[in-house]
Amino acid sequence: MDLSVRIGSLTLKNPLIAASGCFGYGVEYADVVDLSSLGAIAVKGLFLAEREGHPAPRIVETPAGMLNAIGLQGIGVRRFVDEKLPELRARNATVIVNVCGTTLDEYVEVSRILSEADGVGAIELNISCPNIKEGGIQFGCNLHGTHDVVGAVRKVTRLPVIPKLTPNVTDVASFARAAEDAGADAVSLVNTFLAMVIDVETRKPKISNIVGGLSGPAIRPIAVRMVYECRQAVKIPIIGMGGIADARDALEFIIAGANAVQVGTANFVDPFIWPKLLDGITSYMNRHGIAGIGDLVGSVDTRAKDKEWISS
Amino acid sequence: MPIDVAAEVIANRALSGDYNVLALGAPAIAAASKPGQFVMIKPGAGCDPLLRRPFSVFEILRDGGGAATGLTILSKRIGASTRLLYDARPGDRIACLGPLGRAFTIVEPASEAWMVAGGVGLAPFATLAESLRARGVKTTLFYGARTARELFYLDVFRALGVDLVLTTEDGSAGEAGRVVAPLDRQLASRSRNASVMIYACGPEGMLAATARVSAKHHRPCQVSVERIMGCGLGGCYSCVVPMRGEHGGFHHVRSCIAGPVLAADQIVWD
Repeated sequence: MDLSVRIGSLTLKNPLIAASGCFGYGVEYADVVDLSSLGAIAVKGLFLAEREGHPAPRIVETPAGMLNAIGLQGIGVRRFVDEKLPELRARNATVIVNVCGTTLDEYVEVSRILSEADGVGAIELNISCPNIKEGGIQFGCNLHGTHDVVGAVRKVTRLPVIPKLTPNVTDVASFARAAEDAGADAVSLVNTFLAMVIDVETRKPKISNIVGGLSGPAIRPIAVRMVYECRQAVKIPIIGMGGIADARDALEFIIAGANAVQVGTANFVDPFIWPKLLDGITSYMNRHGIAGIGDLVGSVDTRAKDKEWISS
Repeated sequence: MPIDVAAEVIANRALSGDYNVLALGAPAIAAASKPGQFVMIKPGAGCDPLLRRPFSVFEILRDGGGAATGLTILSKRIGASTRLLYDARPGDRIACLGPLGRAFTIVEPASEAWMVAGGVGLAPFATLAESLRARGVKTTLFYGARTARELFYLDVFRALGVDLVLTTEDGSAGEAGRVVAPLDRQLASRSRNASVMIYACGPEGMLAATARVSAKHHRPCQVSVERIMGCGLGGCYSCVVPMRGEHGGFHHVRSCIAGPVLAADQIVWD
């Protein structure tokens, strides 16, 4: 059985990726999961400089989901390379680094530093964080901005470049196409949905940033639809995410068109989820006689003549 | 390494209309727990509630031979998860991950230990008191609650040989008012030659006041902070506490892995 997935020059041993912002720098989880058993780890977003992020409270639970506004707290790319990357390398983790910037130049510089470091497998461009005032989403909500930042980073690195798309746009597929046109090796989607929770007794927002990003099972059907739309629009690999909580959820994204998937919120609930996801996917493939995970990608059957099942 | 078990509810004892003590069959977690550490708990397997919640390990349950058989948590009913925990029945299964976080640093008998608890902040002090008394440390519990009916487990602390100083906001037991007032007075009257370690857990305002009073009397103070946590393992960055930086600024630490026990004089209190 072939579970491997190719993203540009990078080969993942399986389609399961720990989602950025949900797995620290990976090393935090070394005690609970064999980091080398994951397809990859997308580490927490990094700017050039350290950032402290927003004050607590930073999260609030919602029906089947959670709202967060962390504010991209992080140690900066140089400290990451010096302090975290050696351990990730020693543990044979496949590392995708989530790159942030307040300007186009910052994305380029962070990407350049990572390209010179030993042990980085790919760059995920964070152009979709809804929780910071400057940078990020201004590139992700504008087709030219997306094209420009992907193109500029493309020029300075041979690493696979994976822009992470925001769902807070009218037509996410057009952003996937802009990324592909600019030379992206893959796209990942979706980042969180901009949302808000208010305490009616105090009339105060429940997180310090007032608004935040919604994740978890609540958003899954919307994310699946967006992956499906992007699959129709681009040829490059798609990394799907949004509320995956078990193997069937992961398979749903793959069948909709994702080549690989990221899991975030569910890892908070169950840090031991990774082998369970892999077991579920392999047993599904065995049951359905599927030799390679690639055979499932985009295999959703939407033919009209088979729609009798809709009523069942 | 933390352990995750679908722990069986052994017993659930209501202490009041809001507070309960839930006993969970999690022997391996109990055996590995140190005073001040916590577990991440999720009642029910579905999406509502979705996330686990952090609870201090309240008591270690042991069999006749002294081997750990489980642990208890002290819960106050304030939301969806704690409502489910209040209503849990023996035989129910509750996900329990732990032990997590940094424990209290336990003093030697040359020092006294003064524990300061507010409300549900009593939780980490039963195991701490047990460890301190086992070492022969003279131990005092300053314990404040809204009313006499919400002062729990006094007999347990008395049986351990812990001196009690009680306060209630309505004056129905002990001194009327907040718990930091007698702490301040007793620290003021204490000889500077006597070594005293302050341990505190409770509402944020009480912790800040305890930190202030400890600093005023030049006493070291360890606080166990409470934050909304997403994961308990350092993955989500939800539970941060601002700590003093080198040049007058601050930096955010994750209370799940840098804490929950932190040095009070290093925290930037509002």
